[in-house]
Amino acid sequence: MRDLTVGYRERVAVEGVSGVFAAGSLTAIVGANGAGKTTLLHAISGLVTPHRGSIEIAGAEIPADLAYLPQSDSIDRDFPISVLEFTALGGWARIGVLGRVPPELRLRAMSALQAVGLDDLAGRMLGELSVGQFRRALFARVIVQDAAIVLLDEPFAGVDAITSDDLLNLMQCWHADGRTVMVALHDLEQVLAIFPETLLLARKTIAWGATATVLTPEKLREAGLATSPAAGSRSRLAMDPGGKRST
Amino acid sequence: MSLWSILVTPFADYAFMRTALVACMALAVASGPLGALLLLRRMGLVGNVLSHAVMPGAAIGFALAGSALAVLSIGGLLTGIAVVLLMILGTRFGEQREDASLAAFYFASIGVGVLVVALRGTNVDLMHVLLGTVLAIDVPALVLIVAIASVVVAVLALVFRPIALQSFDPAFLRTTGGSDSAYRAIFLVLVVLDLVAGFQALGTLLAGVPLLLPAAAARCWVRRIGPLVGLSIGFGMAAGYAGLLASYHLNVPSGPAIACAAAIIYAASTLVPASRVLMTAFKSTKPV
Repeated sequence: MRDLTVGYRERVAVEGVSGVFAAGSLTAIVGANGAGKTTLLHAISGLVTPHRGSIEIAGAEIPADLAYLPQSDSIDRDFPISVLEFTALGGWARIGVLGRVPPELRLRAMSALQAVGLDDLAGRMLGELSVGQFRRALFARVIVQDAAIVLLDEPFAGVDAITSDDLLNLMQCWHADGRTVMVALHDLEQVLAIFPETLLLARKTIAWGATATVLTPEKLREAGLATSPAAGSRSRLAMDPGGKRST
Repeated sequence: MSLWSILVTPFADYAFMRTALVACMALAVASGPLGALLLLRRMGLVGNVLSHAVMPGAAIGFALAGSALAVLSIGGLLTGIAVVLLMILGTRFGEQREDASLAAFYFASIGVGVLVVALRGTNVDLMHVLLGTVLAIDVPALVLIVAIASVVVAVLALVFRPIALQSFDPAFLRTTGGSDSAYRAIFLVLVVLDLVAGFQALGTLLAGVPLLLPAAAARCWVRRIGPLVGLSIGFGMAAGYAGLLASYHLNVPSGPAIACAAAIIYAASTLVPASRVLMTAFKSTKPV
């Protein structure tokens, strides 16, 4: 990304972001509400056009090689589509508007649902799923997409601990497979424990690099994530460069 | 009076009834899938507004060329597409909420349309534009309706997948290389085309009937999109057939009769979900 400035109409949400997500990296994008995390992911995935600057993706063919998992509220879950059909949509970029649906796509979708523990609910309608189950279905669709670059926007918001752990494991598998994974999230404990790289945003880049060097109290304060020394466990965690879960 | 004479004789005996029936069937086939998608996209109000957006163009066509069908249709098509473009631009660049813009389009279309017809025509002409003349459809008009319906069905078949996807997950469509706004525009233009065909038969006031009421009724019965489209077409055909029969036997205007038949099908269908709720409640109170 070079001097990337993105916004909606006249309002600038992220300004002057420059840097590189290395191929095969696992990066957390962290910031307070309104810091521009979702906007940055929208720009990378092509959902919004930058006001200024540019994004270059080396070695990936857009759109087939990029998977974007949005926040749940951007999808109308009342649409009458089964969980299996929704998951199979992951093959969309390769099938296209008029392409024939290959028979193996159904098998791939079933196997993805199995990987997220939803195979029993394959025939259910999407609207019948709980928040956590819907998150699993979104992950299953990303599995079917089989993309080199994976963007996840608040993937663990509103889900229980078991679901969150399962999905975290899946995400780590993608990283181990050599995919480039970028995740916008709030939980600094998770960031410290799992993500080697972090981009700290507050409408601009506050810090970007190894997580332990990014999540320092000073930088978190600058990003509006810890306003005082007594700001709680998040600050204490941030000061622990070991990054292990302490609670 | 036998059942045969009630249900079949009017169509067997009179060519104008057969022509009207074929027109209603063609409209039902094109309107069923479009209506199902409109309701799934929560765009029922848009469908209604677009049905009136056809009116100013048809009225200007009437003022310029009398009741020449091609001119009326081209006029209606042009103002319908103009409103679609304004809606898309308004959504992208405007500050107004979409429902406020739609209300403005709705009233402006009716106002301009009625004014133009009133300036150049009679009250009878105005009623023809507003309520249509399904029983007066001649062969050229029928050819036009069937041709438009065929184009709508053919194009929709080609772009059904992305339009359905865009209905519930536009971000996914865009990140996988599809153009969200292009498919929205194609869909809305298809709706306008369908309404141009519909207004020949049912007038601008009721052109939205085959589009919205059969699909709304079908949603009470089924949830999956395939059956929803099929049942919407079926209900549209049934409403057309029943409305024409009612018009013939009761000597009432055919357009409003078709609208009432569609409304009765919808009203009866709304009892289906209610009966399911009652059945569930009844079963849950039964002792085990």
